[in-house]
Amino acid sequence: MDPVLLILLALGGAVALSVISFIVLYNGLVTLKNQAKNAWAQIDVQLKRRHDLIPNLVNTVKGYAEHEQTTLENVIKARGQAAGAQGTNDQIQAEQNLSGALGRLMLVVEQYPDLQANENFMSLQEELTSTENKLGFARQLYNDQVLFYKNKLETFPANMVAAFFQFQPEPYFELENQQERQAPEVAF
Amino acid sequence: MLISIMALILMGLGAMCGGTFWGGAGAFLGALGALALWAVLLAATFLQGEQLVLLCSGGQKIEKEDCPRLYNVVEEMTIAAGLPKLPDIYVIEDAIPNAFAAGRNPKSAIVAVTTELLARLDRDELQGVIAHEVAHIKNLDVRFMTIASVMVGSIVMLSQTYVRLMFIGGKKRTCSKAGVHPAFMIAGIICALLAPIAARLLYFACSRKREFLADASAARFTRYPVGLASALEKISGRVLSSEKLNQALLPMYIVNPLQSMSAVGMFSTHPSTDERIKILRTMGGRAGLMDYENAFRKVKGKKSRCLGQRTLTSGESRGIQAREANDNPAESLGTLERFQEVTDLIGRMANLLMMQCSCGVKIKVPEEFDQDAIECPRCGTVNTLPRAKEKAQEEAPAPNLQQGVEQATVAGAAVAEAAFQTLRFERQGKGWESFRCSCDRVIQIAPSFRGEFIKCPRCKREVEVAEKVEEEVVTEEN
Repeated sequence: MDPVLLILLALGGAVALSVISFIVLYNGLVTLKNQAKNAWAQIDVQLKRRHDLIPNLVNTVKGYAEHEQTTLENVIKARGQAAGAQGTNDQIQAEQNLSGALGRLMLVVEQYPDLQANENFMSLQEELTSTENKLGFARQLYNDQVLFYKNKLETFPANMVAAFFQFQPEPYFELENQQERQAPEVAF
Repeated sequence: MLISIMALILMGLGAMCGGTFWGGAGAFLGALGALALWAVLLAATFLQGEQLVLLCSGGQKIEKEDCPRLYNVVEEMTIAAGLPKLPDIYVIEDAIPNAFAAGRNPKSAIVAVTTELLARLDRDELQGVIAHEVAHIKNLDVRFMTIASVMVGSIVMLSQTYVRLMFIGGKKRTCSKAGVHPAFMIAGIICALLAPIAARLLYFACSRKREFLADASAARFTRYPVGLASALEKISGRVLSSEKLNQALLPMYIVNPLQSMSAVGMFSTHPSTDERIKILRTMGGRAGLMDYENAFRKVKGKKSRCLGQRTLTSGESRGIQAREANDNPAESLGTLERFQEVTDLIGRMANLLMMQCSCGVKIKVPEEFDQDAIECPRCGTVNTLPRAKEKAQEEAPAPNLQQGVEQATVAGAAVAEAAFQTLRFERQGKGWESFRCSCDRVIQIAPSFRGEFIKCPRCKREVEVAEKVEEEVVTEEN
């Protein structure tokens, strides 16, 4: 065979191969990015669900535990702030306040055996626990997806494609609560 | 890895068949033929559909209302694993605690648990078990194991055909035609007999590996390996044989239901439960895949890998912190409540109608019950069945509605007053009692309550409370 033709064929093959791998890498990055976005949407769904549950919960508790007005009001206020929060950072902060208020309410409620025995309250409590869990798992999944995406972005050969199309890494959903982070100090 | 060794055995066997009958070129054709046989059998299995699996275990599909706890836990794990769709949830009425997953496609998968499992495990443990099953779905284990088992099937088929052909018809012809040495033929027969055993061993090894992987993924999803460990402890505590079990389903269960403690080894689809518990407990507050791998090595005392290198590097898997033990009040549902939850679930599955009486008793009404109202066995209140209420509304919806509007607008106060007089609660004893106000609010009366009226906290209406105990007190004195 003609050597020129051979070289041309080899060149053509190399170009075709690189184009194909480029496309595969690009599509892989887009898929990962969308998966991360999707995981974020899942967090939003669960936050919304938690907001929807709270009025019902507060009404049920109110009937039994009238002395706990302040705790209940705190929950309602925190919910209002969380629902109206703008921007990711504010939202995370407000949701954490809401978690705290809800946690206090759940502690207080333990002193009311009739309430604990109420069927309606029991199912609400199960829903709330489950929503909190789902929120946790959604966040976990989101962080995992962000990590996969980030790993892909920064490793060869996908980093070349990423640099060319200017893919940006997504931020982690971190807990900003200082209390949860700090290890207790031990004094001797 | 193991499955490629299996494929090699299959192709080797095919090559041997071809080689014995048609000589050198036949060996190549034989190997291809063996693969083709496997592909055809696989296609047949995949086309067959998979609902069959559940029918033979007698499961029943449940919705959220039937068992909110189970449904929520499955939802949680679906989110944690990032499955595209919530798997269908089935409950099997059985006295053995067990669970399994089915479905070759994550989009149409099934998770099934037995009623005994629900009754016995608390929320964290149930979560661990469901995470294990969801991990099976996520890792496409069912598809993988189907491929492997079909491969074992085709190896068995080929070796049997080969041995029979050698013995029955073709001895003379093959010898004369291909000129094969008798010693080679004997060696061939021995190989053909050994191949299925080797294939089965490989299949079981595959299955055990997948169990370990599912355990590791479960720990990763829940971030709480202790939950699954204590669930396994509870389940393995009472392993009985069950008539409803099907041998073909064995690799899909969470623990091998037929396993007695001694029969663990090379011929078992599941690793020993003790070992699995030990590994999960050795993870030391971490929940990554790599941590599972390290714990596995520590327990086994070997350098062997249990999860493939590819699985380990596919995601960040080291040093994921496990969460602390949960002390949320809702988590610690008592044994009695769990038992009630399951009995209710069984009732609903049997099409019993559940009614809540105002005194707190749950009344189960069978489907055949043909009257419109039923008397509560505890407090004697006559409860109207929901279907009777619907019927009444259907019969006279318009006049009721109109009347309501008229009265509310024109003489609302009068109506309210009339309603006040009709609402009256008769006490049954001296303990805690509760009844439902007409606004649907449940009102509780304390043992120390001595008043004649109680105010409903929601609609502010006063309800007359009548003492009924006087007679009994008198008889006691006498």
